[in-house]
Amino acid sequence: MKVKFALAGLCGLFAATPALADISVCITVSATGPAASLGVPENNTIPLLPKEVAGQAINYTSFDDATDPTAAVKNVRKCIEEQKADLLIGSSTTPTTIAVAGVAAETKTPVLTLAPVGLPDESEAWAFRTPQPVSQMAGALVEHMTANGVKTLGFIGYADGYGELWLNVMNKALEGTGIAMEPIERFARNDTSVTGQVLKLVAARPDAVLVVASGTPAALPNLALAERGYQGQIYHTHGSASLDFIRVAGTSAEGSILPVGPVVVAAQLPDSHPSKALGVEYTKAYEAAHGEGSLSSFGGHMYDAGQIILATMPVAMEKGAPGSEDFRVALRDALENMKEVVGVHGVFNTSANDHYGHDERSRVLVTVENGAWKYME
Amino acid sequence: MDFTIALFLIQDGIINGAIYALLAVALVLVFAVTRVILIPQGEFVTFAGLSLAAMETGGVPGAVWLLLVLATGAAVMDAGVALRERSPVKAARLAMWNLAPAIAIAAAVLILVPLKLGLAVNVVLCAALIVPMGPYLYRVAFQPLADASVLVLLIASVGAHLALTALGLVLFGAEGYRTSPVVSGSFQIGPLFVTGQSLLVVGATLALLAGLALFFGRTLIGKALKASAINRRGARLVGIPTMLSGRIAFAMAAAIGVVSAVLVAPLTTLYYDSGFIIGLKGFVAAIIGGLGAYPAAVAAALAVGLLEAFSSFWASAFKEVIVFASILPVLLWRSLTSTHSDEED
Repeated sequence: MKVKFALAGLCGLFAATPALADISVCITVSATGPAASLGVPENNTIPLLPKEVAGQAINYTSFDDATDPTAAVKNVRKCIEEQKADLLIGSSTTPTTIAVAGVAAETKTPVLTLAPVGLPDESEAWAFRTPQPVSQMAGALVEHMTANGVKTLGFIGYADGYGELWLNVMNKALEGTGIAMEPIERFARNDTSVTGQVLKLVAARPDAVLVVASGTPAALPNLALAERGYQGQIYHTHGSASLDFIRVAGTSAEGSILPVGPVVVAAQLPDSHPSKALGVEYTKAYEAAHGEGSLSSFGGHMYDAGQIILATMPVAMEKGAPGSEDFRVALRDALENMKEVVGVHGVFNTSANDHYGHDERSRVLVTVENGAWKYME
Repeated sequence: MDFTIALFLIQDGIINGAIYALLAVALVLVFAVTRVILIPQGEFVTFAGLSLAAMETGGVPGAVWLLLVLATGAAVMDAGVALRERSPVKAARLAMWNLAPAIAIAAAVLILVPLKLGLAVNVVLCAALIVPMGPYLYRVAFQPLADASVLVLLIASVGAHLALTALGLVLFGAEGYRTSPVVSGSFQIGPLFVTGQSLLVVGATLALLAGLALFFGRTLIGKALKASAINRRGARLVGIPTMLSGRIAFAMAAAIGVVSAVLVAPLTTLYYDSGFIIGLKGFVAAIIGGLGAYPAAVAAALAVGLLEAFSSFWASAFKEVIVFASILPVLLWRSLTSTHSDEED
């Protein structure tokens, strides 16, 4: 790998013909550590990324940051220096992504993040996000709540950044809807019991309960609520969109509603949905390599990064040669002016004020039915 | 908060407290005999729980490979010591003694697990997998340091914990698992739903604690362990091998871990890294109990369980803060009232 890159660099120096340098993309994901359930499917998707664009080969160099911001920074710095990165992808979680975005802005390298993070202004200019903003997801839930006459909503979420983020977004989204959110309970990913929190929720008799958690830990409140005989509607966030959640929660997951990226139920989408064809294609490719039912929505963000590369690289190549600062600036501009770029998680339309680029096509509501996700019309 | 809710919380607190009590007892046992604060104790619980969950579906648990790795490590170290004494025969014998049981157990697991012979067989296989890890871990990580200070042993313990957690992720994956309950069914007492599994937790904990009391009071090995706990040098002078007592203490800790796993795995979701936080709460209980007395540790474990249950009701965001902060006044009180003695006799 290294030798090849060194050669490519040398050729570039001597010949000064831009076409000789491949496009270099550096990836850091959290394939181990606490966010491994996000990083692993993202990592698995790397082989499905486009190998070339407009006749130009793309080289990917990928690292594992073990969900550690320090390691993430080390990864991208090393990669920018040694591989002359034109584009960064990563990382999987909020803290690691903020760290990566800092380096990206400092070195003027565009970054596609796999986590929906809020960033300080100086990092914002160079960072573009592939996942949906949380407000987009929350909006879908609030629409369903108002349509179904929910007046009181209980909240049980992680006592960490993810829980806090959702709490703030929900508070904002519920303004003016007349829905009261109370009580607000917290739990931790590793908790062995949420009996206390659930007792308080059930005693308050809310019309619905929102569980803000991710992966298998999201099953714990469902199980405890079912054990206490709670009859109301249970909502989840897209963090729960993994089959492992259904496996652990068992029958207590039935009927839970959550917003997800369209890729999760790609095959069930109506044909008119823009993400259907691509989503089905990705699902097939991923499951062929990793087994039936192995798809996770997180890998879809990595796949969308690939779609964005296909759409923006040719534009940038007109303005500069890969490996140069001109190219990176042009790429940044192209990333900021995407029009109707279709991914498996909806359609990207970015602007200077919107580095997410998602609209309501980026989320669908699903419910759990017979141990599987069911698309809700 | 009304009486019913209080009852539920007390029930929850007692069940969690019973598990913490088992872990606290294991920590006290290991610390007394070897002066090691066994942070990887929680890993025994999670590895046993995750192995049980894997066996339930007929899958071969990753713990098999871990056992073989640890056994190989122990064999290499034992053989290395013998080779330095220039006795290759002894080296070969020691290596075989370390490897043979692990290979036999691994073979048994590989053959029997896919047959899905039911819970009882799974529990036995799980115990056969996890319990030997205790002595192997002692051989690999702690025996070479047996005479080092408590601090060095603690550092080794943290290292072993980090290594095991990382291996846990590789062997078991990032997602959590539950097992089906040992005792199914539930019944109602007043407003309370009592599940059979929760009764089993409390009953088994009590039985195990009583068994340990008998073991230390009535059996020769138990008395020998107690003797090496009270005075290591004295115990060695009267012919109790400290290395053997170390291995036995670690085996017992791992066995307690297996029992905790059988009890707790159906009640909660276990992850490869759950062991740390469960073990830490057992550790809080052991510290509150003074790291020396079993009854005090058990009482403290129940208190930790109840404190956790009630704080999760009143202030769920601060639950862990409250539980872990409860250690501070106890430490303060202890450091003011107890007279300090140097750690080594």
